[in-house]
Amino acid sequence: MASTENTELSEQEIAFQARIDRGEKIEPKDWMPDAYRRSLIRQIGQHAHSEIVGQLPEGNWITRAPTLERKANLLAKVQDEAGHGLYLYCAAETLGITRDEMFEMLHNGKMKYSSIFNYPTLTWADMGAVGWLVDGAAIMNQVPLQRTSYGPYARAMVRICKEESFHQRQGFHIMMTMSNGSGEQKRMAQDALNRFWYPALMMFGPSDKDSVHSAQSMAWKIKMNSNDELRQKFVDETVPQAEYLGLTIPDDQLSLDSDTGHYRFSEPDWEEFHQVINGNGPCNEERLNARIKAWDDGAWVREGMMAHANKRSAKKQVAVG
Amino acid sequence: MSASNEWPLWEIFIRGQHGMSHRHVGSLHAPDAERAIKNARDVYTRRNEGVSLWVVEAKHISASSPSDKGPLYDPAKDKIYRHPTFYDIPDEVGKM
Repeated sequence: MASTENTELSEQEIAFQARIDRGEKIEPKDWMPDAYRRSLIRQIGQHAHSEIVGQLPEGNWITRAPTLERKANLLAKVQDEAGHGLYLYCAAETLGITRDEMFEMLHNGKMKYSSIFNYPTLTWADMGAVGWLVDGAAIMNQVPLQRTSYGPYARAMVRICKEESFHQRQGFHIMMTMSNGSGEQKRMAQDALNRFWYPALMMFGPSDKDSVHSAQSMAWKIKMNSNDELRQKFVDETVPQAEYLGLTIPDDQLSLDSDTGHYRFSEPDWEEFHQVINGNGPCNEERLNARIKAWDDGAWVREGMMAHANKRSAKKQVAVG
Repeated sequence: MSASNEWPLWEIFIRGQHGMSHRHVGSLHAPDAERAIKNARDVYTRRNEGVSLWVVEAKHISASSPSDKGPLYDPAKDKIYRHPTFYDIPDEVGKM
């Protein structure tokens, strides 16, 4: 009996993999292996949390932006990030997890967000470096995910990618202005690059040889490129941009390999990466506390609005009856 | 976990500027229809995506099941005479 069940299951799994291999999209009501569902919830949830927590380091500078225009730009970017978080939470919800469950797992540490947001944003130049490098790295991760196998996730990524290229450009624009500014401004820009370069490289995840989820996720097309492939692509695109700015990438080993056309570069400090992922980065506690406080402080508003809506709909029912 | 306290889920449809039908763009949570429209405006129309919004509470949408795909849609496949290219019309007749 049990063996018949197993055979049936594996037949279903074979058919499922065949659909993915043919490039078909998997939709919420379609059959899917539990592990596919769980991996997607973890990945989309983590991505959604990163968008929401990612607002915090930039929110820090909205009231201190140097001009009204920069302030409006930054506000629009942070508002986009809230929107991107919402698109992604909705995509994850189609897999059978609730929004509240995801928040609870973020708040109790069972779900993660990108390690990059646990670094502080110390000067205005950091807004330039974050847009240029952090959003640049995020875009590189996200563009291939527009073709991911899970329909709702792919559709969310299409919207996100369409909106996000302005984020990187506004960051580069800040870096351009500062690199062409006074000596002090140029030093600030260089300092921001120094601090964000390696954390940005870490955003692609551990080296392929140490990456735990890769092979299965690639077969399922919920991961489209390997971590090292994307990291290399990011370095290749970013180094000439830094040269244009007249800034120096903080890596003595950086050199162009004329045979391959790719840059050779130093790996980030993976021990630091694991420390930050596991809660010991410079701002982990601050970020999570801000997030939990916002959720707790908003509870009475959420409950009040729901109670009001229920009361009004009850009144309507009475009137109709 | 207090899933029962969550605001209900709404599906959002937008009609763009050029006379196309309303099109599904995503979903969001809101306590009622009025708030769903306000939230949809913030979440889904930040870049002039549309000129009209529909919001429908998700529980009111009935959907066909993936297992009905065959019976529902396969019959259309062998009715190629429903397409204009099925009918050969000589060139001399001109544009038709």
